[in-house]
Amino acid sequence: MTPPAAPVEIAPAGMSPAAPVEIAPSEVKQPTSDTDVRPDRPWKVIVWNDPINLMSYVTFVFQKLFGYSKEKATQLMLDVHYKGRAVVSDGPKEKAEMDVFRLHEHGLWATMEHDD
Amino acid sequence: MAPQQPVMPNGDGTYSLNLREEERALISAIVPDLRGLLADDPNDEMLTRLFPTARPDDPEAEAEFRGMVRDELVTKRLSRLDIVAELAEATVLDQEQLAAWMGAVNDLRLVLGTRLEVTEDDEYDDDPESDDPESVARSAYWYLGWLLEHLVEASASEL
Repeated sequence: MTPPAAPVEIAPAGMSPAAPVEIAPSEVKQPTSDTDVRPDRPWKVIVWNDPINLMSYVTFVFQKLFGYSKEKATQLMLDVHYKGRAVVSDGPKEKAEMDVFRLHEHGLWATMEHDD
Repeated sequence: MAPQQPVMPNGDGTYSLNLREEERALISAIVPDLRGLLADDPNDEMLTRLFPTARPDDPEAEAEFRGMVRDELVTKRLSRLDIVAELAEATVLDQEQLAAWMGAVNDLRLVLGTRLEVTEDDEYDDDPESDDPESVARSAYWYLGWLLEHLVEASASEL
């Protein structure tokens, strides 16, 4: 198998399997009275740094799944790469679950947590 | 003569796939491996990266989420691999087929990268004198990265 001619152009998105994951508490406070009618607390979808996914691929997936501009998708990818994580979307629980599912379908390391 | 790009948009919603015989042979060889592993034991630890934990804070919620998505994630992955296996000799792909190639190539990289314990600092090393017992897998990993770059570039041109 002949390897690629120009491997230097392959910049792995360099994402280390990282430090203990810091996640917000899972249990939300239950509504204390009937007057609390918020249908759902907002959820955040987070993508974490990993050492395998390519930077260009991660940017493309953000554009494709969320309709983000190239600029916004690139900024999110850079946040993932340099800061270790980025919030890529938010919304009600069902939407967050769907977004996480689609990110997993595309091989990205995504989690969801409450936006407390 | 400039080297031909491996993946080129044709401008009509299709893409040319210009791979050499040995590239197609590599893909034909490794796709069934991953397919077999996924079909037989999706819980194999080599496949960890294909099924990330969604709720690390809450094991119960994680189990529920897994219950909802696991089968579909396996099915979608198998279907992409099947498309690539069928089209290993194709020279033209439509958009959906290109997306299947991209997804399958990325899955293959994730699994190979897991097996090779790739780190952020890994660099391409093509030393023929290397006694790395994983040199074949490592070459395949870097090759797939190169191919994926081109699949992404061609797909992004149509966004």
